[in-house]
Amino acid sequence: MTQRRPFFVTFLAPAVLTAVILAAALFEVLQYSVRTFIPGSLDVGGLTLDNFVRINRPIYWWVLLDTFYISLLTAIFSLLLSYPVAYALVRAKRDWVRSALVSLSITPLFTGEIVRTFSWMLTLGSDGFVNSILRKLSIIDMPLQLMYTRFGVVVALVQFSMPVMIILLATAIAHVDRDCEKAAANLGASPTAVFWRITLPLTLPGILSGIIVVFAWTMSAFSTPQLIGGGKVLMISNLAYLQGFSVLNLPFAATLSLIALVCALGSLALMKSATGRLEKRLAIN
Amino acid sequence: MRSFAFWSLVVAILVYMTLPTIVVLMTSVNPTEILAFPPQGVSFDWYVKALNYRDFQVAFQNGLIVTGCASTLALIVGSAFAWLVQRYQFRGRGLLEAVLWSPLIIPHFTLGFGFLLLGGAFGLQQGYVMIVLAHMVLVMPFVTRAVYVSLSNIDPNLARAAANLGASPFNVLVRIELPLVLPGMAGGWLIAAVLSLTEFTASLYVTGSRTQTLPVAMYNYIREYADPTVSAISAMLIIATTLIMFIADRTFGLRRVLAIDTH
Repeated sequence: MTQRRPFFVTFLAPAVLTAVILAAALFEVLQYSVRTFIPGSLDVGGLTLDNFVRINRPIYWWVLLDTFYISLLTAIFSLLLSYPVAYALVRAKRDWVRSALVSLSITPLFTGEIVRTFSWMLTLGSDGFVNSILRKLSIIDMPLQLMYTRFGVVVALVQFSMPVMIILLATAIAHVDRDCEKAAANLGASPTAVFWRITLPLTLPGILSGIIVVFAWTMSAFSTPQLIGGGKVLMISNLAYLQGFSVLNLPFAATLSLIALVCALGSLALMKSATGRLEKRLAIN
Repeated sequence: MRSFAFWSLVVAILVYMTLPTIVVLMTSVNPTEILAFPPQGVSFDWYVKALNYRDFQVAFQNGLIVTGCASTLALIVGSAFAWLVQRYQFRGRGLLEAVLWSPLIIPHFTLGFGFLLLGGAFGLQQGYVMIVLAHMVLVMPFVTRAVYVSLSNIDPNLARAAANLGASPFNVLVRIELPLVLPGMAGGWLIAAVLSLTEFTASLYVTGSRTQTLPVAMYNYIREYADPTVSAISAMLIIATTLIMFIADRTFGLRRVLAIDTH
């Protein structure tokens, strides 16, 4: 056995060790989520389900609903803005246009969330770029309130999620069989009809996975609602941080972190089943 | 498609995507304290201030230590794991894969919180060990993926030919396979390093005031002061990561590593 599987144990051991450490860290979150909070102490008491019961209060429900709402808005607008860019990226005739589009749309992925969030703070602030320009042009007298609003948070989150959405959509568009489009055009369909009735339906699996990936990703966003929301817009991540580091209620923070994890996993499971079904249906047609 | 309206729309969307970057670059060279538009001139005072700010210096060094250790560990463990997954069927493989890919889905604040609590259980909270472990786990999927893709592209006959000619499994690995996956490993390592260097949310949980990394130091600065020092740091980070990614794309074919297929 070892003869036919060289390096098996040597290569497996570090991976298993890493997996164990990761699982231990997640287990700690689970473990804290079922512990009693002792006010004024970082130590926790015995086993309890109180933290999960506590979620049932309206204030926490609102935070959860707001998290879903913001994530949904972000996913929808991200899709609407990313589709044209992805389409241009795949179908552009010239090589340099394609390269430029890839670079422009992908590099923001690697600048990190703090840099990107800070950039949006400068853009949206009351003395920020947008307000200065609008005032110079005498379109407004008083600065618009863009910071600390849900609108501002969504504007920033959409931009963050677009690189991922563009990658997923571009892959889907690249896989569309051009012969189907040509056939439709030959049979007299206008370019608009070809797009709406051939290209768009064929990229539906990509659209669906894009929406769900961005939705799940946005639900775990932290720094954008933290800094641009500034406490006025609370998502589940901000509530968990607040409970953990200001209230020092580690068990409840753990419960909220666990719920966020379950939501992310749930979205992914939803995506798997939805895209699977969709692909089957497309294959039949 | 070729129409003027379509391309105007695409350009407008790209302006929205790049506007914040342009604004941050503009404010970083603006001499005035308040964030005024349009810029009143060009000065590099904020760069000097940022580079001389003690917290940023320490945080940058911390970040380099963490990134160096975390991405290198992720490279070693991730490459070995990619090799296993590509070559062998074994019991528990599905579970192991599920656990090691999961950091792509797990919210960073959940993961950071978990490592904070785990560190607490071993008296290692806010220490480098936990920070490095958290970063390693977060960036490893990217290395594993990069190495897996390059391994899959190797012609299996090369290894068979070498083995038939009498090369030991060790020799096949080191002299045939390793040189062929080296570009993938290097590309994966670079992506891991950039992601670790700019990671914020998990770092906020696992670092302390002495061990904070650059993004955490920037966050703490933003909350207290409103001057363009952070613009200067951001501008430097934007330029550095863009350059690294450009070079990586030219050298290792980053688009293939990230599986961005446009053809």
